[in-house]
Amino acid sequence: MSPPAAAQAPKITPSGDAVRRSSLSPHLQRLEDEAIHILREVVAEYRKPVMLYSVGKDSSVMLHLALKAFYPAPPPFPFLHIASGWDFQAVLRHRDRIAAAYGLDLLVHSNEAAARAGVNPFDTETGEYSRLMLTEALKDALDLHGFDAAFGGGRRDEEKARAKERIFSLRASGHVWDPRNQRPELWRLFNTRLSPGDTMRVFPLSNWTELDVWTYIQAESIPIVPLYLAAERMVVERDGALIAVDDERMRFQEGENTVKRRVRFRTLGCWPLTGAIASAATDVRGVIAELLDARSSERQGRLVDAASQASMERKKREGYF
Amino acid sequence: MPDALAPPANDALPLQTRSELRFLTCGSVDDGKSTLIGRLISDTSGLHDDQIDALRDDSRRFGTTEDEFDFALLLDGLEAEREQGITIDVAYRFFATPRRAFVVADTPGHQQYTRNMATGASNAELAILLVDARKGLVEQTRRHAAIVSLLGIRHIVLAVNKIDLVDYAEARFREIEAAFAAFATPLGFHSVVAIPLSARRGDNVAAASPRTPWYAGPPLLAHLETVETGLDAAEAPLRFPVQWVNRPNGDFRGFAGTVSSGRVAVGDPVVVAGSGRTSRVARIVSLGGDLPAVSAGRSVTLTLTDEVDLVRGDVIVDPRRRPTVSRRFAADLVWMDDAPVTAGKRFLLKIGTATVPATVARVADTLNVESLRRDPADRLDLNAIGRVEIEVAQPVAFDSYAENRHTGAFILIDRSTLRTAAAGMVSEGFDAARDVHRHAETVTPAARAGLKAQEPVVVWLTGLPGSGKSTIANIVESRLIALGRHTMLLDGDNLRQGLNADLGFDAAARSENVRRVGEVAKLMADAGLIVIVALVSPFQADRTRAAALLPEGRFLEIHVDAPADLCRQRDPKGLYAQADAGKLMNLTGRDQRYEPPQDPALVLRTGELSPEQAADRVVSLVLEKV
Repeated sequence: MSPPAAAQAPKITPSGDAVRRSSLSPHLQRLEDEAIHILREVVAEYRKPVMLYSVGKDSSVMLHLALKAFYPAPPPFPFLHIASGWDFQAVLRHRDRIAAAYGLDLLVHSNEAAARAGVNPFDTETGEYSRLMLTEALKDALDLHGFDAAFGGGRRDEEKARAKERIFSLRASGHVWDPRNQRPELWRLFNTRLSPGDTMRVFPLSNWTELDVWTYIQAESIPIVPLYLAAERMVVERDGALIAVDDERMRFQEGENTVKRRVRFRTLGCWPLTGAIASAATDVRGVIAELLDARSSERQGRLVDAASQASMERKKREGYF
Repeated sequence: MPDALAPPANDALPLQTRSELRFLTCGSVDDGKSTLIGRLISDTSGLHDDQIDALRDDSRRFGTTEDEFDFALLLDGLEAEREQGITIDVAYRFFATPRRAFVVADTPGHQQYTRNMATGASNAELAILLVDARKGLVEQTRRHAAIVSLLGIRHIVLAVNKIDLVDYAEARFREIEAAFAAFATPLGFHSVVAIPLSARRGDNVAAASPRTPWYAGPPLLAHLETVETGLDAAEAPLRFPVQWVNRPNGDFRGFAGTVSSGRVAVGDPVVVAGSGRTSRVARIVSLGGDLPAVSAGRSVTLTLTDEVDLVRGDVIVDPRRRPTVSRRFAADLVWMDDAPVTAGKRFLLKIGTATVPATVARVADTLNVESLRRDPADRLDLNAIGRVEIEVAQPVAFDSYAENRHTGAFILIDRSTLRTAAAGMVSEGFDAARDVHRHAETVTPAARAGLKAQEPVVVWLTGLPGSGKSTIANIVESRLIALGRHTMLLDGDNLRQGLNADLGFDAAARSENVRRVGEVAKLMADAGLIVIVALVSPFQADRTRAAALLPEGRFLEIHVDAPADLCRQRDPKGLYAQADAGKLMNLTGRDQRYEPPQDPALVLRTGELSPEQAADRVVSLVLEKV
């Protein structure tokens, strides 16, 4: 049996590797080693793990780490994409291309009942939309397949509620998170045990920052969705955010017009709810330069979060990542 | 190739040499920890415009200071905490300078949250101890210093905060610095740097303050950027716990794991700590191509030159500097569970990548973190720190925590709640098993048992004197022999004439008696025999410990249960009569308590059953197992 094709990264040459290996700073090397340790711990200790794959930059880094952690074997778990039906087209294209290039076992799940009932990002209240299309769809998919552990790309620097969450975050029946009942996490000794009905969410990138993610993407030449890089895009300015018009379902409000702007995205959610930022960064290096100079934090572009100070904590308690 | 898959240009990168420091902050309530971290983040430009807006908004709504910005509000993440105005958990924060990236564990000052501090400290290389310049050292300061020392942190910053509120007085600062030095001497820190600062006003945080001209040392940030903390792990001997065996196909068998300490290179001789098997490193495999050598901290995959059967939990080590491999060791525990621990309680113990059943065999003392004195104790309550003896079901490889922060650390997991009950650190110089290294056995217990065509099992009959154990044991053995089985009978009284002749009958001697019989039974089982034990063995903890020596399901604890007055009436050895006459002390059931089995495989009520009937039941149970 020859080594599985899935483990072969498509565009990596031996000379490129030598450059790449020496290019990780001690800081990024430590983060990489820590994340790989966590990935392997899950595979060693759980019956049926899954990696949440949102196709975003954090997911792209997680996938890259998974390819490294289990090499020469392919990642020994499937990848799950929760599609809301309002995903950027470029995201779906990138997802399918990457899944094919690496031979991933890709699962796609959506809350079709809610979509049929007319839930959409324009008419449905944003928190409720997010709960139905993302949280409920995720819980449903995890239950459907009986996954006992799920990797998520959450980082502690993203948001205050995440800053206090463990790397191995226990979810009781119904996937609820109880911030007051978290297990202490000591050394590299993760308590992975589950009672019947419990599941584990695992965050290998807990200690990474947005800048770490970008410098790692650069150093390791990780493929990303082009939406992260600046280009001329048709956008609508709404409540101070720039909303890209990704397909014909866009609903315009009184007096709104599309304008062509040079923009990029810092995060990729549902397109009607994700704000772009004006940017001239057409490559990863440019993104890093802008980030070093940034004056607003990453989740600012997310309308879902703006609703309430503690909205992330509430979402996490409900079972969101 | 589509553009999205094309890798970005990879020329010289920014932040190429950036290193990392993980530290924790601790101090008493209101010493200003959260404010200090908020200040560090803010002064290193880690704060974004929208975060500043949110903070201004929060400061008006929840703020406890009169300032426009209450930096502490940056850190209190959870709704409940925010309402109470306290930090209840460990929060991780991030900031960076071009030289270094920092991960900060913010831990609470409340005494009941020792566990959170130990958690934060376990992954930190440095601790900032905050002291309010007005209050000086308080109980919490001492407690926190003791805990961070115990958890192996060797670098301390004593941040004398609110120096503005004592008018930047040098005398006050020197007084606190000296008091801490006096207290901390026995704690073995490698560096203690005291800095007068004001987190609220920024004095000596990111930049030297003009208001403390008498202070010649570095401001906090400059010290954090330059302090060297990480040299020990790379110089220690190789320890590589096998985390996962990578077998994608028949040709490849790799051992994935993280180098806990030391360095490993292709061609190095190595030994498996538990089995004593030797080999050499054939390859260090990585996706980008094989590596010639790696050192502590790297997560890699090793292959060996020989077919060595390794599993998760094995440790690959330097053959010349091996860890201890033992079933018993002493350790300090930080007790983290609401339920206290006493001798005999069973747990799962996770050390490195091995998880094994374990028993807290003895609680020896608790550490008084105020006086650093150790007081005798027989239990540890929530947030207590104390010395215990641990016994594990199978031998594990370990170093002392002082020598190795990874291979000397373990956690205890409660078997029913599955909570993490304790953080454990193996003590130095306490184990007799040190430098005894297991010799790899060519013939395995399974091979010995196979030749006898049976599965070994230990039948452990426990009960009051006179309940009928020896009588039943003899009948059971006779029947099994008649059935062609290979057996051995270990009778308590007989053993006391030889192996255990040196032991008396007090509680400690009884424990030791049971420990020895358990070990002998285990050896006999390894020889492939069905072992029948007839022993009063009054304490559950001792029997549990004996059970833990054997694989799951191979220890049958059987309660030979007879009413106390019936035993006394039978009195086959005249023990009760002698005790009544004052000629014998410590008779179980009369002078000493007997703890019936909590979860017996069988209960034989000898008041109702004949010895033959009782033996029949035992034999049927044994035959199911062999």
